[in-house]
Amino acid sequence: MHEMSIAKSLIDIIHEEMAKNDARILRTVRLNIGEMAAIVPESLKFCFEIITKDTELEGAKLIMAIIPLMGYCHSCKEEFEIIDYAFLCPKCGDTKIETIGGQDLSIVEIEVD
Amino acid sequence: MKISVVRDILEANERIAQQNRELFDRNNLLVLNLMSSPGAGKTSLLERTIDALKNHISMGIIEGDIQSSRDAERIAQKGVPTVQINTGGACHLDGNMIRDTFEEFDFKALDLLVVENVGNLVCPAEFKVGEDFKVMILSVTEGDDKPAKYPLMFHESKVLLINKIDLLPYVDCSVGKIENESRKINPDQEIFRISCKTGEGLEEWYEWVKKRLKNKRIKSQ
Repeated sequence: MHEMSIAKSLIDIIHEEMAKNDARILRTVRLNIGEMAAIVPESLKFCFEIITKDTELEGAKLIMAIIPLMGYCHSCKEEFEIIDYAFLCPKCGDTKIETIGGQDLSIVEIEVD
Repeated sequence: MKISVVRDILEANERIAQQNRELFDRNNLLVLNLMSSPGAGKTSLLERTIDALKNHISMGIIEGDIQSSRDAERIAQKGVPTVQINTGGACHLDGNMIRDTFEEFDFKALDLLVVENVGNLVCPAEFKVGEDFKVMILSVTEGDDKPAKYPLMFHESKVLLINKIDLLPYVDCSVGKIENESRKINPDQEIFRISCKTGEGLEEWYEWVKKRLKNKRIKSQ
């Protein structure tokens, strides 16, 4: 389970951002989790709770938005949702598809006091 | 108070991996990150590859395992510089663990470094180590439904080696289905059917490695 490593990296970032903003209490953390990121949200939540237990971050809420897998076709400039992991343009059939969303593993916002 | 952050959670690893990559590039060193499930044949592939290429190129190996140095012992018998990393529980290697091995190698004397990742079809795909290419192995005994179940690893791997094809008469697995489903996820992927037991198909794999080594040298000049 690599969710533990990810939870640790996440907490490092939270500490940095809280120090920068002179914050003391963490209320919520908003994350974007891509559909194709190899992450189980429940495991990440579980690991986050374990690591923050008995620390000043205990009790903070993790809110995770699942970001759909989106592709961009370089041939016909179509942007589309990639369904069933098929990297194929639905408009022109080309396979040169750039992933423009859905591999995210990012923190977008924290709410602090 | 709400604070907008917008940072990649794995940014610290990405940064270290990038620094590793720059060091490898400065030394004209081709680096492959080899991934698969446990028992798919990573170490056997390395043994075969070392035997076939060691008279032409100099190789180094980093062995990643949760515990034990069995793989490193197998590889060290082949006479190539080998470093074992025991992750002590972690299911993947990351940029930092790779950086910690650097003083064990003389990169200027090497052409190819292969990082044998921890056996796992999920986690290693999320963590860059500074490699030029990710290479994965799927063995036919694992079944032909794996690309659909583990899409990230198939999407990230430049090469898919389908191993143990000598066992095809005995298992219920369609190699064609693996190839079709993997190419659906990763249309540019190069796929080789191999058997590390009989040696079938391995020539094409060695040619791929040699070609990439040549490209890396040209690019670095």
